[in-house]
Amino acid sequence: MITTSGLTKRFGPIVAVDGIDLRVDEGDIYGFLGANGSGKTTTVRMILGLVLATSGAVELLGQAMPKAASRVLPQVGALVEGPAAYGHLSGRVNLALLDAAGASGDRRTRRRRIGEVLEQVGLADVGRRPVRAYSLGMRQRLGLAAALLRTPRLLVLDEPTNGLDPQGIREIRELLLELHRRGSTIFLSSHLLAEVEQMCTRVGVLDRGRLALQQELAVLRAPTGRTVVRTPDVDAAQAILDGRSERVGDRLLVRGADPAALNAELVRAGVRVAELGPERRSLEDVVLAATEPAGTGGR
Amino acid sequence: MILVELRKLLSRPRTWVTIGLLDALPTLVAVLLAVTDLAPRPGTGPAFLSAVLSDGTLFPLAALGIVLPLFLPIAVAIQAGESIAGEAQGGTLRYLLVRPVGRTRLLVAKLVGVIAFVVLAVLVVAGTAYITGSLLLGDQPLATTSVSGSALSSAEVAQRSALAIGYVMLSMLGVAAVALFLSTVTDTPLSAALGALALLIASTLLLTLDAADALAPYLPTRYWLAFVDLFRDPIFWRDVIRGVLQQGAYVLVFLGAAWANFATKDITS
Repeated sequence: MITTSGLTKRFGPIVAVDGIDLRVDEGDIYGFLGANGSGKTTTVRMILGLVLATSGAVELLGQAMPKAASRVLPQVGALVEGPAAYGHLSGRVNLALLDAAGASGDRRTRRRRIGEVLEQVGLADVGRRPVRAYSLGMRQRLGLAAALLRTPRLLVLDEPTNGLDPQGIREIRELLLELHRRGSTIFLSSHLLAEVEQMCTRVGVLDRGRLALQQELAVLRAPTGRTVVRTPDVDAAQAILDGRSERVGDRLLVRGADPAALNAELVRAGVRVAELGPERRSLEDVVLAATEPAGTGGR
Repeated sequence: MILVELRKLLSRPRTWVTIGLLDALPTLVAVLLAVTDLAPRPGTGPAFLSAVLSDGTLFPLAALGIVLPLFLPIAVAIQAGESIAGEAQGGTLRYLLVRPVGRTRLLVAKLVGVIAFVVLAVLVVAGTAYITGSLLLGDQPLATTSVSGSALSSAEVAQRSALAIGYVMLSMLGVAAVALFLSTVTDTPLSAALGALALLIASTLLLTLDAADALAPYLPTRYWLAFVDLFRDPIFWRDVIRGVLQQGAYVLVFLGAAWANFATKDITS
């Protein structure tokens, strides 16, 4: 759905995006992570044809951007760096104007489509109020509604849960998962690791303009081969495990062990086990490791 | 996109406030003239104002003469300066472009929107002035005298007034194109509007300077008052035609520049 090759953007002497090769496949929920200022938004803007690349290429739905913008973008819904709407007009009128502004919005179905998306994002009751009176969270929902208006094949969302309360974040997450089940591919840029960890199937990490990591989330979070044990009898356990374990705080990390066999071994020796399971790295660990200066120094 | 643009123009409260303010000055003048009965002597003050006490139907022309030098261009510059920069400032520009609306198309729609604004503003000013003129000012059905001194029938006056109104609308195109160009350069509508106004003020100033005579034919305000020539007998076409050509040239050059700048611009707003 999205492929970039050697995508680079310079603003004067500053290299904002440095030769990145993204690949987002159909059916992905792609989490695009990066600190503030790492080039996420510039990349999103290049993908959508708002910013023109200094070098490299973008393919969107298999066609070269920005040349194919008029053919491709009607199938893409986007939320870029916060929502925007005309404050003196109602949410409904804003959506109608935006839909009428481009070519692909069918006028006959417009009212119905607007009603549906407002319902989906939870704005059905306030659609007639002027946007000026909306809260930040409501504006965010309206922006999302605008992105959904033509049931896009691909959603490009930049910080979609910005400004929402926990309840709202949950609603939006469920909405996105529902859209994904119905066949939309989702490209989600965020600095919220938890958000990405809960939703995404694939992750790309941007660090100072470079793509530090791009991988399936399941692979990143695969067991590391070690087992974590928590026990009140730490010393006894270490004695039994005989050099195979390493103590970290109140936990023991056991190398190369099958959790079930390890548990049996410990219990047989009279060690009380409070908790035991395979070690998995959190996304935070992965991202920090990938973006640490030492980690990128060798590139 | 053009229809959307017109709808936005008409739905925006500011459009009507601007036109209302634009209309207030000539109306105030009409009221003052009616109350005091003191018209400027012929040859002084804004064009046609000396004649309106006897013939109120000339007041639309006087009203245009009043708003033309400053009020109307300010309104047009603000409107055109808003066009792209306003969308950029509000953040809606990026959503229009990914909708997608082609950049050239957007620019053309914006120009049409500004032209619609000019037409609307001039018609409202002329219309209100016709009403206030007929109600408050002189209603002697005397044959109107042309600027050259001969008599004009009321049919001739109506015809030439229509031409004059059209010419005033055309005169605003140059300002509109300059402001539209600046609007693609900056992300703040105010700077675009002020930039265009700076050009007009410079132009007005240079016109008073003998040393700048060589520049005069290229200055955007040079032929603005040529609509008065439409009331000479016979009509003195030279400046009117030059004015039309000059405004056309301004539109071509600055719309071209706007397009060249906007079509390849990085939209970071």
